[in-house]
Amino acid sequence: MIRLENLTKQFPGMDRLAVNKLNLEVGKGEVCVLVGPSGCGKTTTMKMINRLCEPTDGKIYVDGQDTSKMNPIKLRLDIGYVIQQIGLFPHMTINDNVATVPKEKKWPKEKIKKRTAELLELVGLDPREHGGRYPSGLSGGQQQRVGIARALAADPPIMLMDEPFAAVDRITRSRLQNEFLRLQRELNKTIIFVTHDIDEAIKMGDRIAVLREGKLIQYDEPGKILSEPAGDFVANLVGRNRSIKRLHLIRAHEILEEEHWGVPLDTPREEIKERIEESVISTVMVIDEKGYLKGIIGRRAIEEKEGEKAEDLMEEVPDNVTDDATLNDALSVMLEIGEGYVPVVDADGLFRGTLTLNTLLDQVRSDKSAK
Amino acid sequence: MEVIDYFIRRQSMVMELFWEHMYLIVVAVGIAVAVGVILGIIITYNRTLAQGVLIVCQVLMTIPSIAMLGLLLPFFGIGFTTGMLALVLYSLLPIVRNTHSGIIEIDKAIIEAATGMGMNEWRKLTRIKLPLALPVIMAGIRTATVMVVGIGAIASYIGAGGLGQLIFNGISRTNPPMIITGAIFISIIAVGFDLILGWSERRLHVAGRD
Ligand SMILES: Nc1ncnc2c1ncn2[C@@H]1O[C@H](COP(=O)(O)OP(=O)(O)OP(=O)(O)O)[C@@H](O)[C@H]1O
Ligand SMILES: [Mg+2]
Repeated sequence: MIRLENLTKQFPGMDRLAVNKLNLEVGKGEVCVLVGPSGCGKTTTMKMINRLCEPTDGKIYVDGQDTSKMNPIKLRLDIGYVIQQIGLFPHMTINDNVATVPKEKKWPKEKIKKRTAELLELVGLDPREHGGRYPSGLSGGQQQRVGIARALAADPPIMLMDEPFAAVDRITRSRLQNEFLRLQRELNKTIIFVTHDIDEAIKMGDRIAVLREGKLIQYDEPGKILSEPAGDFVANLVGRNRSIKRLHLIRAHEILEEEHWGVPLDTPREEIKERIEESVISTVMVIDEKGYLKGIIGRRAIEEKEGEKAEDLMEEVPDNVTDDATLNDALSVMLEIGEGYVPVVDADGLFRGTLTLNTLLDQVRSDKSAK
Repeated sequence: MEVIDYFIRRQSMVMELFWEHMYLIVVAVGIAVAVGVILGIIITYNRTLAQGVLIVCQVLMTIPSIAMLGLLLPFFGIGFTTGMLALVLYSLLPIVRNTHSGIIEIDKAIIEAATGMGMNEWRKLTRIKLPLALPVIMAGIRTATVMVVGIGAIASYIGAGGLGQLIFNGISRTNPPMIITGAIFISIIAVGFDLILGWSERRLHVAGRD
């Protein structure tokens, strides 16, 4: 889908090459993550793909076509671009910002309106609440989401995303990342994604391109980057705790166990007591007849509370993760709620099972022994 | 007292001169806005050209008004045209300079985003650059207008009409009420334009970025 051949860029007045003979191929529907330290040429590479910046040497092919022979305006209309500095238009409402490319493409008004609302919802903003505001009335993280919605507006087959989640806190970022991955499974776009956070690269990428001073050091799947880093530079970038980083690669639904300590709402006290004794986390999950997680009962609750049925004994669920969250996300939540487990629900909120700290440790250990 | 007396006696003549003066200013500033904004836009595309044009405008502005009128006189003769042209030349600098800097100083990321979205140069200019530069351009127009109201009085000297006539005639006839009436009306025009343009400039600021 996108092929870079010996791509080279030298800025006037700079003796070093910003991008140095870069060869890269990104397949259709693939997420390619460019990662590397500040100034290694990530943004420059992106800008050459949508021709915001002309290469000094080398070729770029999109769908087999040499982009230097294409009309740049047409090329850009089919490439969604999320720029590093967000760059929302301050004099336009959020709706108008998102509608930029559809308007350029002269879509009918009704269609634009529908699409804008749909996109704002997609990125987790309320069209009625936020749509009419100006960018200055939004937080940095919300602005970043608008930037993403704007790039997605005309449903371009290719997306260039330059550090799209940089302006949000860690927790929101991990949620946005999961959202993005879920979306990507539906939309199946060809994406080049820039980050300087190796954890994000491992989580998001089908393949990771490690850049250093404009040169491609390694281009591999995340697992390979972790297990066989090409040289010290990549090894250092990945860091020492590689086994823990692997937690980014495994998703909750992949290792959920049969046994999930779930009991129905009308379970009598005695039975709950037994189940808690058996449970390695000393806790049971209370599930209603439809399969939704209603509450939890721990050892303390059953000792202190009156009542004969599960629904009278249960306490509020501290937090949960969705089944497409990574084990690393699950670990963060466990640390946050201060428990050795976290309940897992699916996209519809139905209870799927429970992840425990022990399961995570087993994953890390098995990875170590495998090597 | 004498001034009010004078005004009441010569009301129709004073009002005629007042409207003549307004007409002179509006036509001159109108032309200067058209020429100045276009020129200001053009020079955002070329650094050297920008420097050249801005220096020329600066020099034009430092020419004393009497000298400017004298220089134009041989080409356009006595009357409205010469006076109006002088005012156009004077008001160019603030308009050209503010249009130029208003556009140049827009955050690069915004322009880059617009280009990256596939906007062509014309669309970028009309949908992004001009709307964002508009408050700054308005400020330039306001400066130019207020300045030119005063200079317009001198244009009466070469027969361009307007309230300056009251002042010049008042001087030659040693008629202070006449001079003061002229001066007061010129101030009213200047302050009036300043208030109206200042207000619309603030409105432009509010509609958008803030
Ligand atoms: N317009 C420009 N003119 C001159 N040099 C530039 C220009 N743009 C980028 N560079 C230089 O090219 C190199 C690569 O820059 P680039 O912006 O691609 O880095 P990056 O990998 O995106 O870094 P970051 O993580 O900080 O965004 C840097 O050394 C930078 O200083
Ligand atoms: Mg960058």
